[in-house]
Amino acid sequence: MSLFIAAILVLIGSALTVLAGIGIMRLPDVFIRMHAATKVGTLGSGMIMAGTAVFFGDNDVVIRCVLSVFFLLLTAPIGAHMIGRAALRTGVKPWTAADAKAGKQQEESA
Amino acid sequence: MESGFILWSINVGFGMVFLSVALALLRLAKGPPLPDRVVALDMMTVAIVAFCGLAAVRSSEPAFLDVALVLALVGFLATVALARFAERRTIRQETGKDDDE
Repeated sequence: MSLFIAAILVLIGSALTVLAGIGIMRLPDVFIRMHAATKVGTLGSGMIMAGTAVFFGDNDVVIRCVLSVFFLLLTAPIGAHMIGRAALRTGVKPWTAADAKAGKQQEESA
Repeated sequence: MESGFILWSINVGFGMVFLSVALALLRLAKGPPLPDRVVALDMMTVAIVAFCGLAAVRSSEPAFLDVALVLALVGFLATVALARFAERRTIRQETGKDDDE
């Protein structure tokens, strides 16, 4: 049964990871792409690490999995905040509703 | 039957994580500005942490989890360093001096 749960967790996590990859390719602007990279990517990695923890079911392995997910959750928002501030200060124009109406992606304007 | 299912799901997971790293690499190559590349690099680090977990299950070798743990910490340092670099480079270009307070 625990193998089954581990397999389901790994499948959900890898689906979320690939969604993050698609998001980072398809979304229009660096500030929006950051959502895909940090939230969905971290959740996918956390799911896969949870699956790994369930698969081994060993005390020290579970501690290592929990610690790595904890560090990811601790560092991802800080990193995203710093990149966002740097992007805004280096003069990247945020994507607006007017751009959405014009059907414009950032690559075309920049 | 259960072990066959987990092997299948691990293989599918490897394929999906590969795809995600490849998409992030495309974004890294395409740009356009520096912050985009930093975001793609951050995303690749997170995907590689997931990859280490999958490799640990695949080979039944928990030592890969140490790699994941260290990568989760070191990737953050790379992101912060690149973000600080991007920010301070523009400040230096605008004012002609280092803004260090």
